[in-house]
Amino acid sequence: MKPTDITDHKYFHKVVDCQYACPAHTPVPEYIRLIAAGRFNDAYMINWQSNVFPGVLGRTCDRPCEPACRRGRVEEEPVAICRLKRVAADNKTEITDRLPDIPMQKNGKKVALIGGGPASLTVARDLMPLGYEIDLYDDQSKGGGFMRSQIPSFRLPESVLDEEVNYILDMGVVTHFNHEVTSMKDILAKKYDAMFVGTGAPRGRDLPSLPGRKDGDANIHIGIDWLASVAFEHIDKVGKKVLVLGGGNTAMDCCRTAIRLGGEDVRVVVRSPKSDMKASPWEIEDAEHEDIPMYENHNPKAFVTEGGRLTGMVFEKVEPVFDEKGKRSLVPTGEEVLMPCDDVLMAIGQLNSFPWIERDIGIEFNDWDMPEVDKTTFQTSLPQVFVGGDAAWGPENVITAVAHGHQAAISIHKYCHGEPTTDRPPPAVNLTSQKMGFHDWLYDAHVSDDDRHVVALQDKQKALADRKLEVEKGFDLTQGYDEAMRCLNCDVQTVFETDRCIECDACEDICPVDCINFIENDEEGVLRDKLKVKATNKEQDLYVSDGLKTKRVMVKDENVCLHCGLCAERCPTGAWDMQKFLLHEATAGK
Amino acid sequence: MTFVRPNFRHPENETNDIGYSIKNYEGALSTLCAGCGHDSISAALIKSCFDLNLEPHKIAKISGIGCSSKTPTYFLGKAHGFNSVHGRMPSVTTGANMANRDLLYIGVSGDGDTASIGMGQFAHVVRRNLNMIYIVMNNGCYGLTKGQDSATADKGSAGKKGVPSAFDSIDLCQLALQLGAGFVARSFSGDKKQLVPLIKAAIKHRGFAFIDVVSPCVTFNNTPTSTKGYEWVRDHLEATGTVDFIPQKSEITIDYPAGSTRNLLLHDGSELLLHKNADDYDLSSRKAAMNRIETTKEKGQILTGLIYHDSTATDTHALIDTVERPLNSLAQEDLCPGSSVLEQLNGSMR
Repeated sequence: MKPTDITDHKYFHKVVDCQYACPAHTPVPEYIRLIAAGRFNDAYMINWQSNVFPGVLGRTCDRPCEPACRRGRVEEEPVAICRLKRVAADNKTEITDRLPDIPMQKNGKKVALIGGGPASLTVARDLMPLGYEIDLYDDQSKGGGFMRSQIPSFRLPESVLDEEVNYILDMGVVTHFNHEVTSMKDILAKKYDAMFVGTGAPRGRDLPSLPGRKDGDANIHIGIDWLASVAFEHIDKVGKKVLVLGGGNTAMDCCRTAIRLGGEDVRVVVRSPKSDMKASPWEIEDAEHEDIPMYENHNPKAFVTEGGRLTGMVFEKVEPVFDEKGKRSLVPTGEEVLMPCDDVLMAIGQLNSFPWIERDIGIEFNDWDMPEVDKTTFQTSLPQVFVGGDAAWGPENVITAVAHGHQAAISIHKYCHGEPTTDRPPPAVNLTSQKMGFHDWLYDAHVSDDDRHVVALQDKQKALADRKLEVEKGFDLTQGYDEAMRCLNCDVQTVFETDRCIECDACEDICPVDCINFIENDEEGVLRDKLKVKATNKEQDLYVSDGLKTKRVMVKDENVCLHCGLCAERCPTGAWDMQKFLLHEATAGK
Repeated sequence: MTFVRPNFRHPENETNDIGYSIKNYEGALSTLCAGCGHDSISAALIKSCFDLNLEPHKIAKISGIGCSSKTPTYFLGKAHGFNSVHGRMPSVTTGANMANRDLLYIGVSGDGDTASIGMGQFAHVVRRNLNMIYIVMNNGCYGLTKGQDSATADKGSAGKKGVPSAFDSIDLCQLALQLGAGFVARSFSGDKKQLVPLIKAAIKHRGFAFIDVVSPCVTFNNTPTSTKGYEWVRDHLEATGTVDFIPQKSEITIDYPAGSTRNLLLHDGSELLLHKNADDYDLSSRKAAMNRIETTKEKGQILTGLIYHDSTATDTHALIDTVERPLNSLAQEDLCPGSSVLEQLNGSMR
């Protein structure tokens, strides 16, 4: 193999698994160390810079970082990264003095944001400090988009959302709430310099052709619309027997909301086997904790009505069958089940919908009737129109919407200044030695043995009685510290300098997880096989040095490195050093 | 400040045939200088015992005084240990071996501990052919007292202080050969590929097995002018041949050209597979071995690998005809069988 080029920031970035997996590339280990140090404001601001909604995400994020966490490969459970973010948000003090200054003198450019969710708000956050004037349009009465309408208050208190949405709106964004944009033409006519569409995936899937759908309509609800009505307090009760169709996170929110609004027999009914449910495992867990039963392999057949009123649903039981290629199909067993109910909530998927964008104004639409959006620049074929968040390629999650927002803001800024949007700014990268003495490092290199800490929950009786009472209590300071100490500091990189190595093998001998090898060089496949412990995880790179005096090379399998620093502590010549790799993704104007 | 070894190990690390993980063979974290060759030897011992499926509690590590003699703390934490008096490791090991012949005895000593203060003890444990492995961690200097030349420092070799050694050095392998050791080998701490099979073979050899391991002292004796530094040793190694340890009853999978290999049968049926090099000689001839050490030395090289092997040598217990059972398991009635036995004995002599 060729020697690893560590001057290419992509190499070390990939070693920081959590940050690499995060769509917004939040420097996770950096803020976790700040939490351990009790510097909550600093930890919060690193998050705010990168993901804009630390308090919201610390409760509701889809956490792509956690399955990626190296700790999950070393032992059973990853670091509770998401809930640590909440520790920073919960314990911070006043931070408004740290928010960017908004110039009084504007730069003369006007931008319209259509939709007030996380993508649009991120664009506003990035552009307001650069002197843009921004108009935000949304059909809801407050900002936040789906964060407000779809995430129930018992998971995300309104005060937390208001605070973080207002940090942005208070920068001087001109809001047009309760204003549904019905024509893109009208917006274009207002001569904005650029427009950003962040309207989400607002249409919930229905079962229009199922028998009884029309007759039972009064008690058959689209999940996301129903949740929005609850959030805006248009709905405050539900029937005693409720069926929730679907196995995603929206279904979990629907069923948990239903038992808080008077549902006594609330059931989740899924077509697929339970193991294939799309909801995050922790959200399924939370629903089960509230004793909500889940019925798997039930395919909806018909709504049953009596005298124009919904009385139940018929399901056909199915069986998952796999063909040779491992593709699953659900084969009917012929057995039918009747479940009586008063209300049905359908949470079986969301669709994009752009009836308000005229098809003759220069925005190209593709075969799926979605606007054609560039994956890097988020620009459409009408150069001043940009699209991001769920509106771009269908439903994802808040953190992805934020990442889109940052990138779109970069494009808008470049577009408004006549620069090519395809020209993307590089991230800010820094690599700093952590050495202080023989066994002293600027980071806490000790590896904690603690198991993942469990977040305490509110008393169940109390929680079910109050829709607005937050169920999770969050980590207290001690738990937060202990959980933070579980982080392996994967951003503190093991940097190897070939010329200094005397091949004493000290690092190879001390490494607790046998990452380090001194062997004859070969092709990657052969090397992976020849290491002390075979490098079977191909997602993880091998770090290969230049040729050493004995013609061998140092090969380090990054897979389960604990970043404990022992290789560097046991190195007599300083050939190994622990260096902190800090990467901040570029934002508009920087 | 860490200096604590994390408790996690590679999740895909295998356990050996008796169900132990490598962690069960480790010891405390080393307090020797970073880069010390001794730590590599500890690692080689850990690896050897793990691979041989030895039970740590059936091993005794015995050492004298010095950097080398500190190392038993850093390997086989679950084994018995005795950190004895300077140069007196052989007599303590002899005593222990007499009392319990069922344990595996690993004696660890240094060049000072063996070639200076413990020379007399060394000589006698070799000639008694005590069943043990005797490892000298040989760095040619007194690292614990700031690097003065030891008796194995080669004439003319200069460490960190820069003053060349004025005296001729003692070659411990030659000495062991002369005194009748049945297994004599030399290796280098930086060459585990050779050291690990040698340690395994030494463990399987019944009788006295001696390994002189050149082990650089990074702090005081790793200069370009020293003949015990990493660079010099690497540049001047000459092996008697490459070695591979083949455990009992396992198939030999290493493929050498016909006629170039030799199998050495060890006492329990395991084998040491030797790949001969061009200047091959009869490993069971003490004279040839002596010769070979000398000629290699004349070329300014260090001879490593298995130097001499005689599987017929009888160990101390056989020589003095002790009982088969460990002495510590003999009860009162075994040691003092009573008056009837005495009478029988007396009767037989009347």
